[in-house]
Amino acid sequence: MQIRLNGEPHALPGRVTIHALLDTLGVASERVAVEVNRRILTRSEFTVVTVKDGDEVEVVTFVGGG
Amino acid sequence: MRIADKELGSRLILGTGKYASFELMRSCHEISATEVVTVAVRRVNLTDRSKETLLDYIDRDRFMLLPNTAACYTEDDAVRTARLGREAGLSNWVKLEVIGDEKTLFPDTEALLKATRTLVKEGFVVLPYTNDDVVVAKKLEDAGAAAVMPLGAPIGSGLGIQNPNNLLLIREAISVPMIVDAGVGTASDAAVAMELGADGVLMNTAIAEAKDPVKMADAMKRAVFAGRLAFEAGRMPRRRYASASSPLEGVVGSSSSF
Repeated sequence: MQIRLNGEPHALPGRVTIHALLDTLGVASERVAVEVNRRILTRSEFTVVTVKDGDEVEVVTFVGGG
Repeated sequence: MRIADKELGSRLILGTGKYASFELMRSCHEISATEVVTVAVRRVNLTDRSKETLLDYIDRDRFMLLPNTAACYTEDDAVRTARLGREAGLSNWVKLEVIGDEKTLFPDTEALLKATRTLVKEGFVVLPYTNDDVVVAKKLEDAGAAAVMPLGAPIGSGLGIQNPNNLLLIREAISVPMIVDAGVGTASDAAVAMELGADGVLMNTAIAEAKDPVKMADAMKRAVFAGRLAFEAGRMPRRRYASASSPLEGVVGSSSSF
């Protein structure tokens, strides 16, 4: 299946939780916010919510800014 | 300086952008004695995970993160970014920016007001970056902004306080803190802002682009402190002509005598 991850196509072997997705991406989950189809998830939802084919996922963090 | 329910020990808020290295940024933050640093909310770089991240260089027990909504041009984008920032940082404070023009980065104050109302309703502590316009400042306060942050000059311009009178008018018109955000180029600019009665100053480029950023961060700490002291002390009146400091009587060789 395929999702859109941060605006780019991203292939996944099957449905995974957000937590598992972040894990495979090497992203520390305590430093990011995640949006699935424009809905922002709370951190406790990371282990519950799974992504399905066609989902639009945004993973954001903090970078330098003024 | 008190903003919302938080008492801050420093009147200086610093950015985290444009530094040559994270290490240098950390040194600047430390010497400045700031307690709040701004950060931007952006997509995680998924192709290069080897890079060290900004957050490795910010001790969150010492520095509070203030997510911004920089580069947002609509109310919707700014609100969305603010919500993401809250989720990533687990704090409900936001430096709200809604930009209206690419070249000047001046705010779209109409959209800014709407976004402020929306986010205040959602429980955010909203610190809007705005124009040095007293009418807009009053509207932002009415909308529930926890502080109003007028620019001294365009973002990253280093031009200093372009319209001191506008800042004076804003300071007198609102009761929440006024933090001068953007335009400071060197220490005297920060001191001027504080002497005008600003409750604080927010800056990034003036330090990050200084030849010696750590020294400039130290200078800014002292300038903000000195400017605040001078404001509290109350300056002398301006006169158009001289007023001698030494007595006029008893001058050697004069004809008058005691």
